[in-house]
Amino acid sequence: MKKSHLFFAAAALALTAAAPVLAAPALEGGERQPLNIAAIVMFLAFVLATLGITKWASGRAKSASDFYAAGGGITGFQNGLAISGDYMSAASFLGISGLVFAAGFDGLIYSIGFLVGWPIVMFLIAERLRNLGRFTFADVAAYRFEAAPIRTVSALGSLVVVAFYLIAQMVGAGKLIELLFGLDYLIAVIAVGTLMTVYVAFGGMVATTWVQIIKACLLLGGATFMAFVVMLHFNFSPEAMFQKAIEIHPKSDAIMAPGTRLSDPISAISLGLALMFGTAGLPHILMRFFTVSDAKAARKSVFIATGLIGYFYVLTFIIGFGAITFLMNDPSYFEAGADGSYDKIKGMLGGTNMAAVHLANAVGGSLFLGFISAVAFATILAVVAGLTLAGATAVSHDLYASVIAKGKATEASEVRLSKITALIIGVVAIVLGYLFEKQNVAFMVGLAFAVAASCNFPVLLMSIIWKGTTTRGALWGGLAGLTCAVVMVCLSPAVWVDTLGNPEGSAPVPYGNPALFSMSLAFIVIYVVSKLDGSARAQKERQSFEAQYIRSETGLGASGAASH
Amino acid sequence: MEQDARLDAIKNDPEFQELVQSRTRFSIILTLLTFVIYFGFVLLIAFAPHVLGQSLSGGVTTVGIPLGIGVIVGAFLLTGIYVRRANTKYDALTHNLLERHQ
Repeated sequence: MKKSHLFFAAAALALTAAAPVLAAPALEGGERQPLNIAAIVMFLAFVLATLGITKWASGRAKSASDFYAAGGGITGFQNGLAISGDYMSAASFLGISGLVFAAGFDGLIYSIGFLVGWPIVMFLIAERLRNLGRFTFADVAAYRFEAAPIRTVSALGSLVVVAFYLIAQMVGAGKLIELLFGLDYLIAVIAVGTLMTVYVAFGGMVATTWVQIIKACLLLGGATFMAFVVMLHFNFSPEAMFQKAIEIHPKSDAIMAPGTRLSDPISAISLGLALMFGTAGLPHILMRFFTVSDAKAARKSVFIATGLIGYFYVLTFIIGFGAITFLMNDPSYFEAGADGSYDKIKGMLGGTNMAAVHLANAVGGSLFLGFISAVAFATILAVVAGLTLAGATAVSHDLYASVIAKGKATEASEVRLSKITALIIGVVAIVLGYLFEKQNVAFMVGLAFAVAASCNFPVLLMSIIWKGTTTRGALWGGLAGLTCAVVMVCLSPAVWVDTLGNPEGSAPVPYGNPALFSMSLAFIVIYVVSKLDGSARAQKERQSFEAQYIRSETGLGASGAASH
Repeated sequence: MEQDARLDAIKNDPEFQELVQSRTRFSIILTLLTFVIYFGFVLLIAFAPHVLGQSLSGGVTTVGIPLGIGVIVGAFLLTGIYVRRANTKYDALTHNLLERHQ
């Protein structure tokens, strides 16, 4: 009974945090959107539905397996939807369509980068991960190694990824909601932080999964409708759409070719590596593979997710071009000067990230605008909930249960700690979201991918595929990759110049992304240190590779394989 | 001990060797293919952007558009190819193997 009271108190708090929208000022200085009742009603409907699911899930989440992995009872298709819901952030929806609106072809380059990690997850990671682990990728990395050091480095890598990813999402969420709903930045951040904590702390993986599935359906449905209307307008001829866009866009036919954005080969390759291999090291994504019953379902999830995410990126490309052709000649979407003239790119009300939102209004009126605004909010919630759960699990399952309690913690105490950690992550995310409001956070998602590619991915892959890997090698390699990635980003222009305020051109590291160096370093250190490791423990670890190998390849003895 | 014997039996089973060799080779080929397709595209952007900016067939649509969409579709198809082979060939091999060594 007490638990259910607590749930309602938290849910009420979440709703109260969202309620001031109704009283918010209509329009402030052209920055915010006018109060959109339809958007608020649809968003509240989403919140109520997901809180209902959370309530239902909280009654079912009894064991650690229920809490971390939804009892392994999610089907491959459902998990594919949930993975796509976990991965398609508001940044990819609004950011990439905005980038296509502003620069055309360049937007497509980013979409492709965010997609190509998925085949890698499929070919190298998904099945073996499912066969070897229970709740986290650290279960796999630590399978034959000493638990404490490997779980510590894995949890550290996970928490750094979660922290940067989460800050970027919180700041983006606050600004977006401020724009969409006319809601104060701080209140928006508190609403997001509270809701994600409620989902995770009360509903665990079951609630998180369903929030992600519902969001994926809404987002894909809304984006499909927009792209369909745009294509219908041009009789389904891309050539006609591009022709019109070139006529209207200030950059003319330059929008049909790569710009100068990725012209430095080292930065381009480095970013490419971070995106390609970072996906296979994102803790909130890897965790999703333990929610299905076996390797076959894990495989199906990646296939479905790759298809949905790829389809979604094609839609964002069409939406970006739709925004050019539908909006650029309409002054009502821009901030006009005294003489009525306006900047066709930078002048967009709310900035170019609002291109998709304005297009929603253009193709479907204010009701559809409300729907897309609510979907954007739901999108943020689904992503941050996944991140919070991954962070909480790294603390409770990897750090507390294995490192601190040395495997002697009860399941109940482990899950309780996970819920408390989710609450702490919620509070910290709100505080950081508030502190970083005025900061440039664009580099943070890139850094999160770079750390995932340079710490989590090498440790995971080498422990699975190479017999010679030892505890010492994995530990030092993971730490080297993590440190190198973070230090190089701090010395790069995005932080050194844009955030710390040092003069232009003074950044010690000229590259936008460190992955080429930090990921290579991690693999080299793992290899060299493992080779040099002559300890008796290392010898034993090499011998126990065989048993691990057979299990990872055949699923023999995999957890939960037959129980559903 | 019983478990060890079972593992040894599986390890020495020629069908296990066939399974892991074939699947490892297949995974590596597909990974390399993804790598080549994607980095081919990235290197074109970095070193020869004019190639992507060429007109595809006289109109405004450039070579870069179908190529870019092609990378997305290609990534999806490669995962599909893997799933198909894994669902048939590898799952059957694994099933037989585990049946024989119960």
